[in-house]
Amino acid sequence: MADTNIQLLTNSILKRNPIALLVLGICSALAVTGQMATALVMSICLTLVTAFSSLTISIVRFQIPNSVRIGIQITIIATLVILVDEILKAFFFELSKQLSIFVGLIITNCIVMGRAEGFAMSNPPVASFMDGIGNGLGYSLILMLVAFIRELFGAGTLFGVEILQLTTNGGWYIRNGMLVLPASGFFIIATIIWVIRTLDPEQQEKE
Amino acid sequence: MADITAYKPYYSVLILAFFCSLLVGSAAVGLRPLQEKNQQQDRKKNILIAAGLYDSTRTVADLFGNIETRIVDLKSGTFVSVDTVSPEGFDQLKAALSEELGRPLTKAEDIAGIRGIERYSRVYLVTDNDTVRRVILPIRGKGLWSTLYGYIAIEGDMSTVSGISFYEHGETPGLGGEIENRRWQSGWQGKKIYNQSNEEALVVGQKKGQEEAIHHVDGLSGATLTIQGVDDIITFWFGEHGFKPFLTRLRENGGRIDG
Repeated sequence: MADTNIQLLTNSILKRNPIALLVLGICSALAVTGQMATALVMSICLTLVTAFSSLTISIVRFQIPNSVRIGIQITIIATLVILVDEILKAFFFELSKQLSIFVGLIITNCIVMGRAEGFAMSNPPVASFMDGIGNGLGYSLILMLVAFIRELFGAGTLFGVEILQLTTNGGWYIRNGMLVLPASGFFIIATIIWVIRTLDPEQQEKE
Repeated sequence: MADITAYKPYYSVLILAFFCSLLVGSAAVGLRPLQEKNQQQDRKKNILIAAGLYDSTRTVADLFGNIETRIVDLKSGTFVSVDTVSPEGFDQLKAALSEELGRPLTKAEDIAGIRGIERYSRVYLVTDNDTVRRVILPIRGKGLWSTLYGYIAIEGDMSTVSGISFYEHGETPGLGGEIENRRWQSGWQGKKIYNQSNEEALVVGQKKGQEEAIHHVDGLSGATLTIQGVDDIITFWFGEHGFKPFLTRLRENGGRIDG
């Protein structure tokens, strides 16, 4: 690939966004986007895990036998995820309680595995690291957008700070109950994909 | 990427597994003291939430200053002096399954599915001039997949619930896990555990007969089996083997600790 490291980083944010173009990793995008705070922590965790798993796998890529490569990738990813989980439990206990099983589920997030298998196995370490960060940022962008819409219109708050005063609190805003439910993430992600592909027709799939 | 020898996949996996387990193991051991501190803090916070005293603008340690921790003998219902059992070092969960500090429960007795019951239990008291205003009791028992751990706070009449809170469980998030839901928990407020003849009468979830509203807490849809567990936990811990002797005694004393 002829991309420079900077291009690897930036291209994955809009041009090759893992959620919008590849439609990977949307399971967690539905689950943790009810609040901005949890979405942010999830984004940071996933970006770190993707970057470091890509880096590690790229460093040892010549040592990985082809027949067991998926197992080795998963072991590296799982180790990193457990480390992140332990650190969260030690330093950000409240958040780790809220994220509960979702941190563990980073292991099965298709983006991490997809970048390991699709990029890190055939590219040098620095490029793989940049690619991991870029994909993590692309994921984060979509996650934060969805969480912004869901928290603002679903709960009237942003990062837990009240923006639109709810009728249940004596205000004027009637909250949109659908946005509180995970399924609303589907509609919002679909709309985002539509907008991105309309602005950049190159991303549209050929018939 | 090429397989050089037939053994390569085996030893490369072994080497990797060794390094990964080393990393995970050292992280788990190294961070445990911090995690345990957090858990303890979380338990205290849940006690405060059950008691309705939690205030996010003040520190947990500060708020916890109003709460007195005591040890009671479950069978006789009396307070135990600090010399017999000290509240600090007492490991209640371990005691329940040990020989000298607990006893195993028979199948018929063990409604909550906890296998053994401890002789002594911690209780948390909110007092006012030596009169108990609120008692917070630790409860636990089997839900659907896991043991639920929580606290329930009882008013000075030793029957009215003032709050409940669960701090640890392994139920399905969104279904049984909704026992953590503060809105559902607030539905417990004001319910009475004992009826006029001092029998445990609180029903959680599906009604068994014509219970009055004051003795009934709504269940959670999608969590029928977890709620059944919660119902059993209440039945057990407010029965003869649980806190009933203690609560009865305290009520007869008019809520005075020194009785």
